[in-house]
Amino acid sequence: MAKYNITVNGKKHKVEADPDTPLLWVLRDNLGLYGTKYGCGIGECGTCTIHYNGNAMRSCSMTVADVGESAITTIEGLSTDASHPLQQAWREHDVPQCGYCQAGQIMSAAALLANTPNPDDEEIDAAMYSNICRCGTYNYIKAAIKTAAGKM
Amino acid sequence: MTTELQHSRRQFLKITATVGGGMMLGFSWLKPYGEADSSLWEGADIITDFIELNGYLKIAPDATGKGSLITILSPNPEVGQNVKTSMPMIVAEELGVNWKDVVVEQAPLNTAVFKRQVAGGSQSIRQTWATLRNAGATAKHLLVEAAAQQWGVPASECEASGSFVKHGPSDRRASYGSLAAAAAKLTPPAPEAVKLKDPSEFTLIGTSQMNVDMEGILTGKPIFGLDQKVPGMLYSTALRPPAFGQKLKSYDDKAARAVNGVKDVFKFGSDNKIAVVATSTWAAIKGKKALQAVWENEGTLESTASQTEAMRQKLDEPAAQPKRNDGDVKAAFATADKVIERVYEAPYLPHNPMEPGNFFANVTADKVELSGPAQAPERFRGEVAKLLGRDESTVTIGLTRMGGGFGRRLRGDFVLEAAEISSIAKAPVQHVYTREDDMTAGIYRPACMYKFRAAIKGGQLVGYHLTGAGMSLENTVRENFFPAGAIENCLMESHNVPSKVTIGPWRAPVTNFLASAEQSFFDEIAEALGEDPVQFRIELFERAKTNPVGKFEYDAEKSIGVIKLAAEKANWGKAPAGIHQGFSTYFSHNSYVAEVAEVKMEGRKPVVKRVVCAVDCGIVINPVAAISQCEGGVIDGIGHAMYGDFSFENGKPQQENFNKFRLIRMGEQPAVEVHFVKSNNDPTGLGEPTLPPAGGAVANAFYKATGERVYVQPMVKAVKGLG
Repeated sequence: MAKYNITVNGKKHKVEADPDTPLLWVLRDNLGLYGTKYGCGIGECGTCTIHYNGNAMRSCSMTVADVGESAITTIEGLSTDASHPLQQAWREHDVPQCGYCQAGQIMSAAALLANTPNPDDEEIDAAMYSNICRCGTYNYIKAAIKTAAGKM
Repeated sequence: MTTELQHSRRQFLKITATVGGGMMLGFSWLKPYGEADSSLWEGADIITDFIELNGYLKIAPDATGKGSLITILSPNPEVGQNVKTSMPMIVAEELGVNWKDVVVEQAPLNTAVFKRQVAGGSQSIRQTWATLRNAGATAKHLLVEAAAQQWGVPASECEASGSFVKHGPSDRRASYGSLAAAAAKLTPPAPEAVKLKDPSEFTLIGTSQMNVDMEGILTGKPIFGLDQKVPGMLYSTALRPPAFGQKLKSYDDKAARAVNGVKDVFKFGSDNKIAVVATSTWAAIKGKKALQAVWENEGTLESTASQTEAMRQKLDEPAAQPKRNDGDVKAAFATADKVIERVYEAPYLPHNPMEPGNFFANVTADKVELSGPAQAPERFRGEVAKLLGRDESTVTIGLTRMGGGFGRRLRGDFVLEAAEISSIAKAPVQHVYTREDDMTAGIYRPACMYKFRAAIKGGQLVGYHLTGAGMSLENTVRENFFPAGAIENCLMESHNVPSKVTIGPWRAPVTNFLASAEQSFFDEIAEALGEDPVQFRIELFERAKTNPVGKFEYDAEKSIGVIKLAAEKANWGKAPAGIHQGFSTYFSHNSYVAEVAEVKMEGRKPVVKRVVCAVDCGIVINPVAAISQCEGGVIDGIGHAMYGDFSFENGKPQQENFNKFRLIRMGEQPAVEVHFVKSNNDPTGLGEPTLPPAGGAVANAFYKATGERVYVQPMVKAVKGLG
């Protein structure tokens, strides 16, 4: 076990974990931040998407040792009162079915909009390709991203 | 744990605040943001004494006259089909409450109160419709009675709506909350005395209401099975035989035990699996990877090639007992002008819910506490009780929101493993399947092949012969579905090819591929007859109406209804240049669906641009979710028909994760347009019925676009340029 100081959602946390522990499991098991989901463990499904210095990253595919001084944001830290334009748009379009992938979808979409405020269809497809929704809510996700884009 | 269900929302908020992470078992996340009228409880004392009017609903006493806070229990497991929103809506409708006053709570398994707590077969709404309405209406009856007694007026002069009972003549009103205590003391009315609303009086059913778990989903609250945590809980994983047909011979756990956090390693599951119990999920996963196990074969190991060959051979054999045999099929084929024969094949498919298998178990000397994502908790309770030699009455199961299921969680292997591991480890455990476990530890949609034959004489379809062969599948056909009833000479046969690979229901069992194949075949028959595919289907259903052959399950009139609606909405036959339309229709899970898929060639690639879907499912409870459910079924059906491939070599699954197993992704889905037949009939299924016709509609549209028929799923293996 090693000790790490990591910054998650603007808060510093001391955690003890093996250096090879994926950030995903540190967030969930050590910090109790359950919004970041486990889906595949190999960076293929996007359910564990977080922001690493503002960029969308798969938290299953980086270790706690990789975090260093970087700022990590999870779905719990996307907004303080669930008022991010994407969260509002998700409500407006009633996007989720089972809901399991949606935190990861929102985190990927948030990173997209932060860099590309008004993405076109192709840009949305490219940015969201790595996030699987097994229920097939893709059209709802896309519509919600477009709604949010106008409000960023 | 069950006592926690008595807590109010306020207490719930306090509890989650103190726990700071883990989900309290048996608890549900509560009302959607912006929906519940929070002024009803903010600043009030903690409400501990909700008054139960029946097993489905509880009302908080309203001492302040501000209004009523109503808790409605949602009995069935929520797997993404929206029952946690739509079932309470049905209760709320008949109870006569404002939806914003309602807090929804997920009920645990409670067979004393609820019937059929199953997420499967698209039956949740259909089979509970009457019960849910009665639960609401009975409680309303009691509240009205309580008000009438309090005011000394006849109950017949009172009416109830918006969470208030009103007496018009004296201009009085009382909130449900203020009446609940008195109502609870009254004798429940005889069932015949309870009046249900006429569908024309519905004010909530038929309006779109947001998913009640929206807030939890959007902010990452611990609402899923994997999010459960209690003090002292350990995490477990299991190593299982890597191939179907292998068993554990020996193992070395030295390296596994050396992993930081690993507490214990032991054999279980009839000495055929190895459990790793640890203080964190990662340690349990790492410990499992470090296990050195030796497996031995039991008999021949199967591969996809050998399985396919076994099925193919069966297609040429008559079954001992046909599933259906109308008229004289032999004669019809012997005297036909033309015979069309086609063979279709589809592989095994894993379910791949996004939340991998998991379950919480705490087995102690006197009780077995279980909680997690379960589609069939009642059956699991029995299986666990049997496995552990306990009385069923000592086993409780809490239900968490499920990150998808698609049938996977109708099989309880993960529940049984969790219970056994907890009983051996003597600790509460969160048992976790990795994605690889979930995809390879096997419950699958069985691989299946069909041979269709059609006899044509005098420009008519006069004979139909379907032979199916499926891996471990008892019945590959649906002998009482179309075209049964429409064709005078109709033979349906089924072969079961024994296999070591374990199977289970996968969203729209059997029909998920049968419909694709059948509807592709009917497209070919129509073409051979020189008929329009839509008109041809209508003619056949007309035959079933006017000259029905034998018994069948569908209503031909309703089938014609959705066929015409889909054709009209898709502008069938009048598509713009470059848009190629394919048609398909199927009845399943008591609902009727017709779909038109539209394909456009983009260079050499056929792309599904749009699917128009017409559905007759009776009354639509929650339109926004119903549309989404239908759309999801179409996209799921197309995704798996186009990309879903799964194979075995020497009993070992060849796809273990999403790098090898392709699911449909953003940008690959068509636009989906859903149209419901307006209906006042009782509601039927929606979770599955739009999936079966999707593959056939796409295959038929691909044919129009490319000139090539599609006989193989996944289509990506057969359709040029699909890629």
